[in-house]
Parts: sequence; C-alpha cells; structure tokens
Amino acid sequence: MASNQPLFQPLPAVQPAPDTVSVQVDGAPVRMSRQASLAAGLLAAGVTAVRRSPVGGEARAPYCMMGVCFECLVHVDGVPNQQACLVVPQEGMRVQTLRSLAASESEGAHV
Amino acid sequence: MNGSSDVLIVGGGLQGLSSAFQLARRGYRVRLLEAEYCGRHASGVNAGGVRTLGRHLAEIPLALAAREQLWHHLEELLGDTGGFVPSGQLQVAENEADERKARERVALLQAHGFGHERWVDAQQVRELVPSISPHVVGGLWADRDGYALPYRVVTAYRLAAQRLGVDILESTPVQRVERHGSLWRAHTPHGTFEAPWLVNTAGAWAWEIAAQTGDPVPMEPGGLMLMVTQRVAPFVKPVLGAMGRPLSFKQFDNGTVLIGGGLRCAADAAQRHAPVDLTRLPKSARTVIDLFPHLEHVSIARAWTGIEGFMPDEIPVIGPGAAAPQVVHAFGFSAHGFELSPIVGCIVAELVAQGRSTLPIEAFRVDRFAA
Amino acid sequence: MSEPTRDLIVIGAGPAGMAAALAARRRGLDVLLLDEQPDVGGQIYRSITTTDAQRQRILGPDYSHGASLADAVKAAGIAHWPGTAVWQVDTDKTVHALRGGANHHIAAKALVIATGAMERPFPVPGWTLPGVMTAGAGQILLKNASLVPRAPAVLAGCGPLLYLLAAQYLRAGVAIQAILDTAGGTDWRLAIRHATALLAGWGYVRKGLGLLREIKAAGVPFHQGVEKLRIEGADAAEAVAFTSRGQAHRIPCGLVLLHQGVVPNNQVTWSLRAQHHWDDEQLCWVPTCDAWGQTSLPGIYVAGDGAGIGGALVAELQGELAGIAVANALGQGERQDGEAQRARIRQHLAIRPFLNQQYRPKDEFRIPADDVIVCRCEEVTAGSIRAQVALGCSGPNQTKSFSRCGMGPCQGRQCGLTVTEVIAQATGLPPADVGYYRIRPPLKSLTLAQLASE
Repeated sequence: MASNQPLFQPLPAVQPAPDTVSVQVDGAPVRMSRQASLAAGLLAAGVTAVRRSPVGGEARAPYCMMGVCFECLVHVDGVPNQQACLVVPQEGMRVQTLRSLAASESEGAHV
Repeated sequence: MNGSSDVLIVGGGLQGLSSAFQLARRGYRVRLLEAEYCGRHASGVNAGGVRTLGRHLAEIPLALAAREQLWHHLEELLGDTGGFVPSGQLQVAENEADERKARERVALLQAHGFGHERWVDAQQVRELVPSISPHVVGGLWADRDGYALPYRVVTAYRLAAQRLGVDILESTPVQRVERHGSLWRAHTPHGTFEAPWLVNTAGAWAWEIAAQTGDPVPMEPGGLMLMVTQRVAPFVKPVLGAMGRPLSFKQFDNGTVLIGGGLRCAADAAQRHAPVDLTRLPKSARTVIDLFPHLEHVSIARAWTGIEGFMPDEIPVIGPGAAAPQVVHAFGFSAHGFELSPIVGCIVAELVAQGRSTLPIEAFRVDRFAA
Repeated sequence: MSEPTRDLIVIGAGPAGMAAALAARRRGLDVLLLDEQPDVGGQIYRSITTTDAQRQRILGPDYSHGASLADAVKAAGIAHWPGTAVWQVDTDKTVHALRGGANHHIAAKALVIATGAMERPFPVPGWTLPGVMTAGAGQILLKNASLVPRAPAVLAGCGPLLYLLAAQYLRAGVAIQAILDTAGGTDWRLAIRHATALLAGWGYVRKGLGLLREIKAAGVPFHQGVEKLRIEGADAAEAVAFTSRGQAHRIPCGLVLLHQGVVPNNQVTWSLRAQHHWDDEQLCWVPTCDAWGQTSLPGIYVAGDGAGIGGALVAELQGELAGIAVANALGQGERQDGEAQRARIRQHLAIRPFLNQQYRPKDEFRIPADDVIVCRCEEVTAGSIRAQVALGCSGPNQTKSFSRCGMGPCQGRQCGLTVTEVIAQATGLPPADVGYYRIRPPLKSLTLAQLASE
C-alpha cells in the first residue's frame, strides 16, 4: 500500500509484536503495533506525508514525534486534527491522510 | 515632536488613535500616551464587527455615519482598508419569540426614521447562510455592515497619525492628570507632559482619568474573551449574531472562525490582565454547534482576552468634561466601540476645534448619572 | 466531570514527574500523575515499560535506569492517568484536562509541572519538508517502535544527543550517511577554562568522548564547522547542502535528522504567567524558582528539564525535591531539608556551563535569514517578522497579531524562541526585554463539542 519506500523500518531481530491491530489507512488495511504510536505505524507503512499546510498547500509529515510540533495531524474515525504521535492504534480504526481527503479537508480543516 | 503639544490624548486604543488622526488633520499638534502598546486591550480583543445592527437608538446615527462616511472609505482616508469586508451582518431568530422581538424592533426603527435593519424570512436566511441549522426562522439583516481586522485597523490609524506628526509614546502609563493654570498635566514614569487640551480615551481605566478631571462616572472595567478555531472549509459569509443568546461569529478568508459576542471573564484592571478561562465558554460553544452542527469537531485554536470599560446603561461617554474646561471624554464603549471608533475621532476633533458636535451626543453626556 | 481535591497533581510522567510523585506518596500524600503519553517515562524513558532486550542493548544503560522509576511508581500505587491532555491550568491549581474524550476539572493543593524539554527549533531552508525530523524523533521511533532509518540518514547539528543517536544507530547496525556538526569544533581553551567542572563531571565527559570514539571507529563521514545548511527537495527531502571548512557539499538524502540541543517546554508555566527569565547561557527562557523548584506562584513547582536543561538524573533529583517541598508545605510526615538532593544536583550540573558553551547553537541557526520559515504552522518567514519590527512592532505579541506568527496549532512551541531572538536582533534589545508570546489556554486542542460538554 505504500506509494513510497518507507523512511523507517523495524530493527532486524524484531518479531512482529503479538500485540498488533489492523488499522484502515486511506481505505487500505495496515497492521500496526499497539505499543507504537499511530504516527510510527504510518511511517513504517511508507506514509511519508500526512497533510497539506493550510497556508501554502505543501505536504507535511511528522517532525517531533512527541506532540509539540502538530505536524502529524490526521483524521481518526471522522474526527480531524488528531496528533497521530499521541494516538494509540485500535482495531478497526479509520485513519485518513491527505491521500484520501479532498484538498480543503486535509488542511487541518474539514467540511 | 519633542516640544509642546496642543492636545494630550490618554489611551492608544482606536478611540484615541482616531481622535489623534482627526485632530492632526485639523492641524493640531497631538501627543498620545499609551500604557502598553496601541490596541492592546478592547481595540485588539474584539470580534472586528462593523455593526450598525442591534444598536441602542442613540448610537445609530453615529454608527451609520461611521459606516457610510468612513468604514467604506478607509483606504482613501488611511491608505489601508483595515481588512474591512462588507459581508453584511445577520442576527438570527430561532423561534417565535425571537421573531416577534425582531419585527417590533424594525417597527421601532422605522418610527425613528431608520431603515438599515430589515427582517428576512427563513428562506432568505438560507440563501444568505446555506449551512445554518433548519430551526432558524428568520433574522434581522444589515447588508452594508461587515467586519474588519482589529489589529490592522489599529495599525493603519497609528501609522496615519504618525505620518501627520502625532507623537505616540507607548509603554507610557499616565498615572495622574491635573489642571495646572490653563494647562492639563499628565504624569508618567517617563516624565510629565502638558497641553491646553486633554482627551480621555483610556478605555477600562478612563474612569480614573475622569475622576481626576472632576467627572466621576460609574464605569466598571471588565474582561472580554474571544476564541478562534482552526481553519474550516468556507461555510458562512455574513457576520452572525443570535437574537435570543449572546453570540457573534464570523469566518475569515483564511477559514478560521472567530467566536465572540460579549464573552465576559474576570479581570484584574490594576494588573492590566484578564486570564483566559475556557470553563466559561461551554454555552458559547453549544450555541455555535446548535446553529452549525457540522462544527462540532472543529478545534479551538486559541482564546485571548482584554479589558474593556462597561457603563451601567451600556452606552458610552462621549462629550466634553462637565467640571473642568478643555477636556473631552470618549470611553465606556461596553464591548461595542470598534465600529464607532472612526466617527468618534471626528466628534472629538469637532469638540476640540468648535466646541460642538454635528452628530447628536446628548445621550452620552459624562454627567448623565449625577443625581 | 468534577473530582475530589488532590494533595498534589503532577503534570508529566518523565523522570522528574515520577520522582516527584514517588517522594510525595512516600510522605503519605494523595497524588495524581497525569501525562498525555500512553505510559510513564516521558521522552527520555519512552516506552521503558514495554521495551525489550534488543532495544536496551542499543539504547544503553542510561535508558534502562528508567525502569526502576517506572516500577516504583507502579508499586507505590500512585494514581496515574495516561492519555490525558491538560488544556488549562489555573493559578488556584485547578487542572482541566481531556481524557478519553471527556473533560475533567481537578483541584489540588499543589502542582508539580514536569513537562520536560523539547528540541530547540532548527530553522534552516527546507526544514518543513517531509523527510526532515528531529534527532529526538529518531530516538523516539527507536524507543517506541523499534524503528530505524531504512536508508542511511544524515544527522545534522550539534550536542550530545546527536552523537548519542548516531552511536545508537551504529550499535543497531544502521549505516549513517554523514554527520554534519554545526558546532565550532573542540575548543581546547574552553575546555581548560572549565577544567575543574570537567573533572567534576568526568562521568559525562567520558561518556561523550566514548560516543565520539564509537562514531569515529565506524568511519562515518564527519563534517565539522558546518555552515549554510539547507535541505533541498520539491515535496520531500532529497538532498542536504552545506559548507564545511570552506568547501561546499551536497549529499543526496531522503531523511535528515536535525538537533541543536533541547530547551524547556514551558507552555504551562507561561500560561500561568509565572515569572521567567532569559538564560543567556542556555539561550532560552527558564521559570524563576526557589531552591525547592517553587515558581513565583505559591504551591506551583517545576522540576526536570522544564526548569532548565540538566538531564535525566538532575530531573529525578529535582522531582524528589519538589515532592518533598509539597509534603513539607502540607505538614505531612517528617520535614526534610533537601540538602542531599541539592548537593547531588550541583555535582551533575557542574558540566553544564562547558556543554552550553561547547555546543552553543550558532547565530545562523537560531536567527535565520529572511527567506527561512520561522513559524512552521503559518509559514511566516524571518523576513516578515523583521518587516513588522520596522513598522513599529516591538514584541512577539504584536508581530503575532499582525502576521499570525505563533497563532497556529503548535501555539508558538516551534517558533517562540526564534521570534524572540529575531526581534531582539532587529531592535537591538536583549531577549529579556523583548519578551515571549502570551501563552493562553487551550494548551492542547479542544473541539467545540468537547468544550460544550463541560
């Protein structure tokens, strides 16, 4: 499902953690560890940009991974502007990034 | 200007800045003393409503003059539109009681010769604001009203005044004024200033100055809060209010929605600080969601506050001092002075230059509370 | 939802917060520990409760130390609310937070703010591109998700954390494309001037030298005296360009990790209008505190990197001090004087003046050129701020009103320091006089529905 090569990959000796869930990312299922943040799961799945800047429209991606940059904003279960680095993946969670949102919707805006 | 001045103005909000500008245009040498920075409080912390809609009868001639002579011509006057958008203002009626009140008001205004507010029905409201909740039954509409950007208007007036030679001193709080011979003296931590005329546009602190000029008034400082959302796809053009509950909101070009409307909070006037307390806002949040259900998941990006001066009868003090000569007061705008500020500057300049005002200001006398 | 009054609420469950909660609990206080992360540890000990042997080997013994704190917190039965976002703190010590979508308003007799540190902003051309992250983010991905760069990354900046990450990647068998060191290189005169401190903090120095040895031994390209750093790319990072010792370089790269030190995360204390002062050595704002960590607001304490950068062990000791202070103030248990903790703090802090000078971020990277974005959220450039200063805006709150700089979702966290310094340089006023943004609630996003729910 990744349209890009992921920027990050798991350490060599990590077994798929038993505690994984299936998350819908832009309509496609992605397996993610429940112990890692949603942002980490997205990066591992090859999602390199999650939203467009509402000012100039450029693609933006997670930057700080700790909740202080507000770049990793995605829609989760229909609610916009969720900081993916603070979201714990849940079974069946529906995540939308700029790839499945209309231009006006992904900008930290919604209709 | 390093030397003397003809007029000392206390307070660098919009009332003071527009007064400074209009006086300078008439050739007066003006010095303005501002405690913090221009537009720090009420002038910078308002919803930017350019509103003639819903005003006290006494304010209407001033509001209409401000709108027609100034707001729609700010670019010519100041070299900047201040971000004024003539989006119209709509005050919605949510039920029969609201509708009755609205129609009574239109009748009252017409009896006084004012036709600037008209009733629009449910269908017309939907044409103006397609996404509004279906329960809205109609509203009062003023099509030439709109909104502007408070800080941009403040800066436009400030720069225009400075270009005309007005000396603006920020971080210069006036601790005390007194009459000394034929001059007014203003004492500040950075020195004492003198001039024949004193203009009191000190906002939430104007009652102190008024007391010192011999014109005590029952003005109370109070805190005002505003909140703004993150960006939302465009859904409303006019500025919206509601007849039955306090609310004012507008959506800017950049998609953010400003929510205000007399949101009161605690204020420490002596410290010049009013803390933001979001726990006072659930009702406003509920009002917004009731009118626009699709906004429930929109985030509040931030809130801010300033301190305003409130009068018991909720109309300002505009006029000459009653006790001492060569004083003009313009304060106590009770959270609705933004739209009036351009014309207030003209009135203040007229009072200084000619001793009278073209527009009727009897209702705003400083001594109207005297026993 | 209203709550019973607690003796102490601790905001932040990193080493300072955990230590404060433990110290207070040991004196019999009723403590509530809040954090927005799903588990204790803060960032330095992120995911310490779910880590594994492989990560512990890579991350090193300093990381593993966090486990003892986390275990102690659990064993002490301290009330802990993870996943809790604090959006307003009142001066009367009421904390308003969102947890599981519902609002909680909790009163307390005392507060310890232990919100830690965050990366110093690193405004260079291209820093907003996808594929550019902080070194801290790289370390969090390793700790939290066992993730490492797939293709060799470029690490750029200066400071011990950058070298630590590099060493950790090397231990993990991950190749590093290059390290671009923006510090001035080893300043031996500086080292001599701080010789006593260096000896006192020898443990830290030895650690640092050890990291550099690891990096050198692996043969990672190491460029020193880096200037004119820029990241190039259309929709994502594609290359890093820079000069080093007069030579221009360009390295194709899809992942750039930036770091030039960490600074206190002060949103809460600023929102309380606690007194802060500008620390010219650390080049950041620090809350002004007494010997117990009490701010200018009675009963409100800070501990850890949020009180000034001192590292994890200092954070733990400061947390202990704050917990003891609260118990002393509430008259609970036997009064302690905190001197033992203060003595150890002094020892650990001895190395800081040297580190602060050795790794002082260069002006170029703190006060950028006109065309560089300063406010990421609203895309406001340094030049735009300078233009407003020229129009008479003399402080960050006025430039904010005019340009929206600082008004975006991050509420000034990524641009505040830069704006203070850009205005200071443009006006010739010291940062202390320029001031900082007025920070107000909501400290974290709150939707209209959540706000309406009371």
